[in-house]
Amino acid sequence: MNTMKFTAAATAFALLGSAAFAETEITWWHAMGGNLGETVNKIAEGFNASQDEYKITPVFKGSYEETLTAGIAAFRAGEQPNIMQVFDAGSATVIGAQGATVPVQDLLSENGVDFDINDYIPGVRYFYSGSDGKMIGMPFNSSSPVMYYNADALAKAGVEVPSTYEEFEAIAPALKDAGYIPLVQTHLPWEFVENFHSRHNLPFATNDNGYEGAEGTKILINSDEMKMHFTKVKEWLDEGYFGFFGTGWSDNQSQFEAGNAAMYIGSSGDFGGLTAKDLPFEWASSYLPYWSSITEEGYQTFIGGAALFAMAGKSAEENKATAEFFAYLTSPEVQYMWHRETGYVPVTTAAYELAKSDGHYDRFPAAETGPKQLMLTAGENTKGYRMGFYVQIRDVENREIARVLSGETTVEEALKTIEEEGNALLARFAKTQG
Amino acid sequence: MKRAGFTSRWLPIFLLVPQLSIILLFFYWPAAYAMKSSFFLQDPFGFGQTFVGLENYTSLFTSSEYLKVANFTVFFTVVVTFFSLSLALLLAVKADKVLRGAKTYRTLLMWVYAVAPPVAGFMGLILFNQRWGPLMEFFGLFGWEFEMGADYSDTAFAMIVISIWKQVPVNFIFFLSGLQAIPKAVREAALIDNRSASGRFWDVTFPLLAPTGFFLLIINITYALFDTFGVIDTVVRGEPSNNPMTLVYKVYVDGFRGNDLGGSSAQSVILMVLVLALTVFQFRMVERRIHYT
Repeated sequence: MNTMKFTAAATAFALLGSAAFAETEITWWHAMGGNLGETVNKIAEGFNASQDEYKITPVFKGSYEETLTAGIAAFRAGEQPNIMQVFDAGSATVIGAQGATVPVQDLLSENGVDFDINDYIPGVRYFYSGSDGKMIGMPFNSSSPVMYYNADALAKAGVEVPSTYEEFEAIAPALKDAGYIPLVQTHLPWEFVENFHSRHNLPFATNDNGYEGAEGTKILINSDEMKMHFTKVKEWLDEGYFGFFGTGWSDNQSQFEAGNAAMYIGSSGDFGGLTAKDLPFEWASSYLPYWSSITEEGYQTFIGGAALFAMAGKSAEENKATAEFFAYLTSPEVQYMWHRETGYVPVTTAAYELAKSDGHYDRFPAAETGPKQLMLTAGENTKGYRMGFYVQIRDVENREIARVLSGETTVEEALKTIEEEGNALLARFAKTQG
Repeated sequence: MKRAGFTSRWLPIFLLVPQLSIILLFFYWPAAYAMKSSFFLQDPFGFGQTFVGLENYTSLFTSSEYLKVANFTVFFTVVVTFFSLSLALLLAVKADKVLRGAKTYRTLLMWVYAVAPPVAGFMGLILFNQRWGPLMEFFGLFGWEFEMGADYSDTAFAMIVISIWKQVPVNFIFFLSGLQAIPKAVREAALIDNRSASGRFWDVTFPLLAPTGFFLLIINITYALFDTFGVIDTVVRGEPSNNPMTLVYKVYVDGFRGNDLGGSSAQSVILMVLVLALTVFQFRMVERRIHYT
């Protein structure tokens, strides 16, 4: 009885409270579990404490895919959240559905928040943008593939960290003789396919890498450069210069942590987790390698991870609250906190400068590799890609490349299959837009 | 003879309404919707769509990958069903000899059934872990470099073992109670007629167990086809790559992960037809030949 009374009183009080302040409440569906989720909550609490007009409530909806599916179902029922987090491979789906979201650039300028795309780090700017360069999704948890190395292992083998794959080939035998697996990767499509094209400034799809629209977009994976790369990777695997432990990210990364692998290609955000693990050897990170036979200098990579989208169909007050939240989120202090706590890159140059002047990169040199790589020379093919049903295309890439590595198929056959199945999926996706 | 009946015509209808509305709402409506979606390619947010006729179906049947998944599903179902039934039967026959009436043991043996499929899958992940899994070390003793997640057949092997392990207990319980329901007189009569234990088993016990066995066969086929989803999802961790998967898992991969509503609806319709065929088979072909007492 007492509990009931108490609950009733508490509810009444809560109602009074919200009526008195007349806060505009908005919701944010995200896919950040564990420690990341706690940092998300910290950002939300910070925003709520910074003013008393708006209140944001973050809701964890599971994996990236689950969050997107939940958001789609909610949108169709008219119950969509104000902000939804969508991952890189799902961006064509949400951006293709024009009318599902309000482009952040429009949202911010309509609500009087200053916006200049040049405030953002170059590699971050255009991944979630339209073909006209207008930012549609706000880059949130952003990272890029970089290479980590076990400095003790390299010293033991008497070699220097390679910056190109040619240099890697030259030192791999010494690392193998020293008892190490010279190199592993953690995400074949992201590190060896998508960012491979950006690093060498090669086109990855027709129609300006897919940004000009789904109609007629074709994947350009069956190229001489891809053939050469995967032929080499397979040779390395057979020689014992490269290790492959399946599609699971951690199955591969754990080989580095266990001291078996001398180098691994992972996410620029991994350094936080590696630091926390207190590994029994010296380690550091450097840029994603490139082939000097393809390009004389390595170009910048683009971001992976996810972006925040403002969902359409919300009231002007709620959109104003969303715009204010984005302004808070992109402030240098919040970006620096997010960067420091999670290892994801800061999305603005101001936040990067703040981290630098605060001495963050003196304390954690590995944290700077990601942002710096995203600021390398840009080219016409470095902003990213926009391909529909890309989740399935990634599945095909994973499947076929794994078959190359296990010897079930040849590089030529695999790339041909990816091209055919990928183009069939792209054509199907174009029809969903019609 | 007096027929039992309802006094009002509306009462039986009224009593049926809750059940029928649940079936309508949760089965017929979604099934009809899936049929409709399977003829379209649709933007998941509902802004655009194109009528494509049977294209979603033809693209499945011309895809070597889909056929490969279908083949694996058949193989997986046959192997899982066969081994979960035969291992359970073997255990039940042995237990029947020593365990008459010992309910506690039965309950203990039943426990594994209470493990949820994703948990079973997770336990499998730990046991088969590539770097420190105890089973991997065991296989290593025989020179078998076990690579779950990287090697197609090794992953298939792990999935099958976990799925069988999960299903044996329930089959065991059914077989055991089936065995214990065989009248003592029949067993004794058989003992006089045939001195060979295996002969007695195949001539007398096995036919008498047929109703239980058939019921379990259907249950196990549905288990292998549909309920192993959790095991497969945990083993491939959402990214099948070059690892095997079943048809149900592919519906999830294309529909929920990939947002291809038309394609995954067509796959669901194919599965519905499969279940329908299985049901017809159950009632038409086999129920007539098996005699329930």
